[in-house]
Amino acid sequence: MKAGFFATRWGIVAVGLFIGVAAALLQYLGNPPNMGVCVACMERDIAGALGLHRAAVVQYLRPEIMGFVIGALIAALIFKEYRARSGSAPIVRFCLGMFAMIGALVFLGCPWRALLRLAGGDWNALVGIAGLTVGIGVGVLFLKGGYNLGRTYKAKPFAGLIMPLIMVALFAMLMAKPLFGRAKQVVDGVETIIITGPVFFSAEGPGAMAAPVAVSLLVAIAIGFLAQRSRFCTMGAVRDVILTRDFHLVSGIVALVVAAFAVNLVVKQFHPGWEGQPIAHANHLWNFMGMALSGLAFSLAGGCPGRQLILSGEGDGDAAVFVLGMIVGAGFAHNFTMASSPAGPALFGPAAVVIGIVFCLIVGFSMREKFA
Amino acid sequence: MKQIDARGLSCPQPVIMARKGMADMSGGKLEVLVDSVTSRDNVMRAARLEGCETEVSAKGDEFSVIISKK
Repeated sequence: MKAGFFATRWGIVAVGLFIGVAAALLQYLGNPPNMGVCVACMERDIAGALGLHRAAVVQYLRPEIMGFVIGALIAALIFKEYRARSGSAPIVRFCLGMFAMIGALVFLGCPWRALLRLAGGDWNALVGIAGLTVGIGVGVLFLKGGYNLGRTYKAKPFAGLIMPLIMVALFAMLMAKPLFGRAKQVVDGVETIIITGPVFFSAEGPGAMAAPVAVSLLVAIAIGFLAQRSRFCTMGAVRDVILTRDFHLVSGIVALVVAAFAVNLVVKQFHPGWEGQPIAHANHLWNFMGMALSGLAFSLAGGCPGRQLILSGEGDGDAAVFVLGMIVGAGFAHNFTMASSPAGPALFGPAAVVIGIVFCLIVGFSMREKFA
Repeated sequence: MKQIDARGLSCPQPVIMARKGMADMSGGKLEVLVDSVTSRDNVMRAARLEGCETEVSAKGDEFSVIISKK
């Protein structure tokens, strides 16, 4: 297959089909429902496994995240597109990542999962995708008005390898399951030290549902490889349609939904409805607002969560900072009672979304740069 | 020939700059400098969508995309 194939319409469609089939099959093999791949949920599970939040039902070192980064690195090295770079407003990107995650956890999913929820019959996804589109639309207005986070600069090659190395370290911990925590416990006046996590692994709930590690990792490496070649990006898909009427990327996400829907029908994972959908709630207002915040944050940062992982694998240090922001954001979202549950939005979720939108608007209005 | 320096900028910025450049000229050639394959491909696709022809040359890590508008 020529490298140029992935730059064509059929190339991006093929990648969308592959991700859709792979995601639906990962669910069939054990991943949580409508969560074959979800960058936000899976980074949230990693945050939990590392003890950055203590929501016991969502703690697992998801090999999919590691695979995306490693697959992208492999593709970038093979095709000589690996280029260590950084320096474009990293602290802004970190905060955009944090708020993108907070918004995603109010909706309960990243754009990839929104598409998979739709393919599984969860109509609440339509509300989320509408919010995502509006958020990206606002981002496009800023882009047209001259919004820009500034240029990146070439870095030493090692700088771009740090994110892949972090993923290797996480994989080592997934294999070895070490227990780093030491907690004091007093029973009948006798003090003992108990050995505990991190690393934490959920005993029940979504965090305990997973496809076999080897399958998840290999599939994710393949997705990472293909996404690097094709520049697959859900935010970019919507943005390009609004900004330039370019339907190239959007054909990939349509293909993803169609493929996941077809596989869901075959393996009986399609359950249409609004209520009682897995790891989802039916509060339309906050499904919409959560994704609107995420969409705005993604468009200001230049990529959806999946794309940011891929970029971090090909040497983009700024994308890596966005990813770290998302993981830290997941910690805040759960520790500060901002992440939704199937019962609905959490106590402080709506306020966090409003604060996030205000932050993004300030970034959008204040970060402008004119280039000759 | 007018030149646009989009090196170090991530998409869609190079595309926005290239589109503005194309809109501002009535004909002739425009050179867009980029430093990633993604930006190169995106600028070329944007030019083709506008009915322009493109020609690419590599200069080390950087690319020069020459857009011809008729």
